[in-house]
Amino acid sequence: MVDRFPVEAGHIMLFARSIGDTNDIYYDEDYAKTTEPGGIIAPPTFVQASAQWEEGYSLRPTIGEPWFGSGKEPTGVKRESSGGGGGGGLHAEQHYEYHRHLRPGDVLRSVNKPGETWERESKRAGKLKFSESITEYYDQNDELVITARSVGVQTERPVDQG
Amino acid sequence: MALKASEIKVGDEHVEVVADNLTRTQIVQYAGTSGDYNPLHSDEVFTTKVAGYPSVFAHGMLSMGATGMAVTNYVGDGRLTKYGVRFVNQVWPGDTLTATVAVEEIREEDGQHLVDLTVSTSNQDGREVVRGSATARIDP
Repeated sequence: MVDRFPVEAGHIMLFARSIGDTNDIYYDEDYAKTTEPGGIIAPPTFVQASAQWEEGYSLRPTIGEPWFGSGKEPTGVKRESSGGGGGGGLHAEQHYEYHRHLRPGDVLRSVNKPGETWERESKRAGKLKFSESITEYYDQNDELVITARSVGVQTERPVDQG
Repeated sequence: MALKASEIKVGDEHVEVVADNLTRTQIVQYAGTSGDYNPLHSDEVFTTKVAGYPSVFAHGMLSMGATGMAVTNYVGDGRLTKYGVRFVNQVWPGDTLTATVAVEEIREEDGQHLVDLTVSTSNQDGREVVRGSATARIDP
């Protein structure tokens, strides 16, 4: 859950670079004005970056606290609820429904709703534990802008690459 | 440029290379922008010695984001109403990813023309990494 996620033009630019997207609508306000949306919008998967604004997000080091990634050598710090891969599970599915597209200046908040959980055996990674969560993103006018459904999976062991 | 219902047909495809020899640096960039700093994506020591994988690998969301570029390049800016994927295989440094966006259905709902698309991204070995679907508003 995120109380406040301010959508910023600089963040959109950096995000577009990181997915390799050169579309000027993410970079250039003057160009963006000439497009149908009439201004900069965020790429469709940008809302995932709300993690940056999540208090105590478990996949971001917290200053002054132990981190499960390595220094020169592994730290041996265990992460809660880590799966057999030791990385805390993998992302299995992600789905978005767009009620409108995000723009710089939007200020979002999100509400999480638990979804279903299920298990399945897999040859490549042993027992798989799936869990679903629904996240609704509301804007500064309390309008629902994006509904996200995410499925995570904890594997019994690392996924065999054979 | 938005798609027009009158100018597309079921089976039409848009194919685009969305990552060419994916670099570890781009994966680090994605960690930095998305806020997902899981060491599996940037920390070779952790990923090989602790997690048991052959090397760091890309965030699923990086492959979804890169694939999304092919979708928006096809349907136009601000036109997507739905986009969802399953992550069917991991993406590794050095992978070259090609996305295929195909027209599955062209329909009308409450007077709005829509296109339903299938989305599939494969690596240089032809192994599918992302599989999903999308829906976009299109012009008549």
